[in-house]
Amino acid sequence: MRPHLLAILVALGQTALAPYRIEGDAIPSALGGAAGDPDRGRAIALDPRKGLCTLCHAGLGAGPAGDLGPDLSGVGARLAAGQLRLRLVDGRALNPGTLMPSYYRAAGAERVGAAWVDRPVLDADEIEDVIAFLLTLRPEAPR
Amino acid sequence: MRGLAVSGVLLLLAGLAAAQEIPIQEIPVSERRSGLDQMAPETRAMQADDAANPGMLWVGDGADLFARAPSPEAPACAACHETGALRGVAARYPAWDTAEARPIDLEGRINLCRSRHQGAAPLPREGRDLLALTAFVANQSRGLPIAPPADPRLAPARAAGRALFERPLGQLRFSCAGCHDANWGRHLGAAPIPQGHPTGYPLYRLEWQGLGSLQRRLRNCLAGMRAEPFAPDSPEATALALYLMQRAAPLPVETPAVRP
Ligand code: HEC
Ligand code: HEC
Repeated sequence: MRPHLLAILVALGQTALAPYRIEGDAIPSALGGAAGDPDRGRAIALDPRKGLCTLCHAGLGAGPAGDLGPDLSGVGARLAAGQLRLRLVDGRALNPGTLMPSYYRAAGAERVGAAWVDRPVLDADEIEDVIAFLLTLRPEAPR
Repeated sequence: MRGLAVSGVLLLLAGLAAAQEIPIQEIPVSERRSGLDQMAPETRAMQADDAANPGMLWVGDGADLFARAPSPEAPACAACHETGALRGVAARYPAWDTAEARPIDLEGRINLCRSRHQGAAPLPREGRDLLALTAFVANQSRGLPIAPPADPRLAPARAAGRALFERPLGQLRFSCAGCHDANWGRHLGAAPIPQGHPTGYPLYRLEWQGLGSLQRRLRNCLAGMRAEPFAPDSPEATALALYLMQRAAPLPVETPAVRP
């Protein structure tokens, strides 16, 4: 079963990207292998040209944020690393109608601008960095 | 464990199949709002006062160009069109051109007049002269409700425009409808998302520090989607403009509008 599964993922056009395996609502294993760095992840998430996260999400600890997605305050306590990974890699696997971009998926996009053709929004290491950052977002301890 | 993995893949495949067609409701006529409604009071005041509206500089330049012959042998626009006779034109463009056998936007119409009646070369899109002439012509329709023609020859292009509007495009796979039908009134970063009606073009955008066409605005949105822009006067660009005008009717023409 497993090799078959991999074949499907490759056939879906993910050849250039690290293969991954979805279990339930999560991708349990890290994409690259290396653990993410939360500081780098924070910089990526807050950069409106890179992670784009603040265009839609409040709660990331930075200035003017949009309100197209849920507030992410404390998200590190609500979701485990594997769940965060699937939501970043391809949240459309969970909700096909979601506005949230699939950050690690180049297949299926049409009329992509020349600078972005055949590239995922973030690479595997960057996804792991953002996950490491999201895991640091915890509700304030009660005083 | 294996069952879970398989259901994950099925989910993934289901997602792929469904991602293309997600019906989003069109905005009903009674709920249509110009982007003007979401602007800061200062920006609204700037648009409302002709002495403060920077777009009026282009309208003035357009009036001069309209009255001036492009060359000694050729007639001026004003030789064929009496003052005021072009009121209402901007409210119904893009329109069908029989000789070209395709829909033409207002800029394209002005360039056709140049080549057919003035023996002059087309003016470059987004150049000062074409923006000025278009602003001058469209300003004469200010306050009139947008009223797209019922011409059945326009129907296929208008339908193609609607399909484009609803289609996920670019690296981020956003659709125009995903922002402007489903999420207008919310915020993308600090920017309020308007319904995206082309009521005021060409318009003065503070971010541009100048006047720009609808096609330039669409290039901005497409760049945000990380999508390849449509060339002005391409079938796609005109199709989108046709649909946008129908989607905006009967909001009034605002040219020259001011936007952040
Ligand atoms: C264009 C809008 C948009 C952008 C950009 C965006 N998101 Fe989202 N995000 C959403 C929406 C909408 C949802 C709600 C999920 C759904 O629609 O099914 C969501 C859901 C999430 C969730 C799940 C939250 C929960 O409580 O279940 C996480 C985590 C998340 N986003 C993180 C991010 C990160 C990190 C980035 C940037 C790298 C990002 N998002 C960029 C719109 C966006
Ligand atoms: C991710 C969100 C998003 C997407 C996708 C998007 N837009 Fe926009 N659009 C905006 C925002 C925000 C503005 C307001 C200006 C600004 O601040 O950038 C805007 C402005 C506009 C305007 C100007 C309205 C006015 O009052 O002058 C038009 C027209 C428009 N969009 C049409 C489109 C079309 C057509 C598409 C698809 C090709 C599209 N947009 C895709 C967010 C989006």
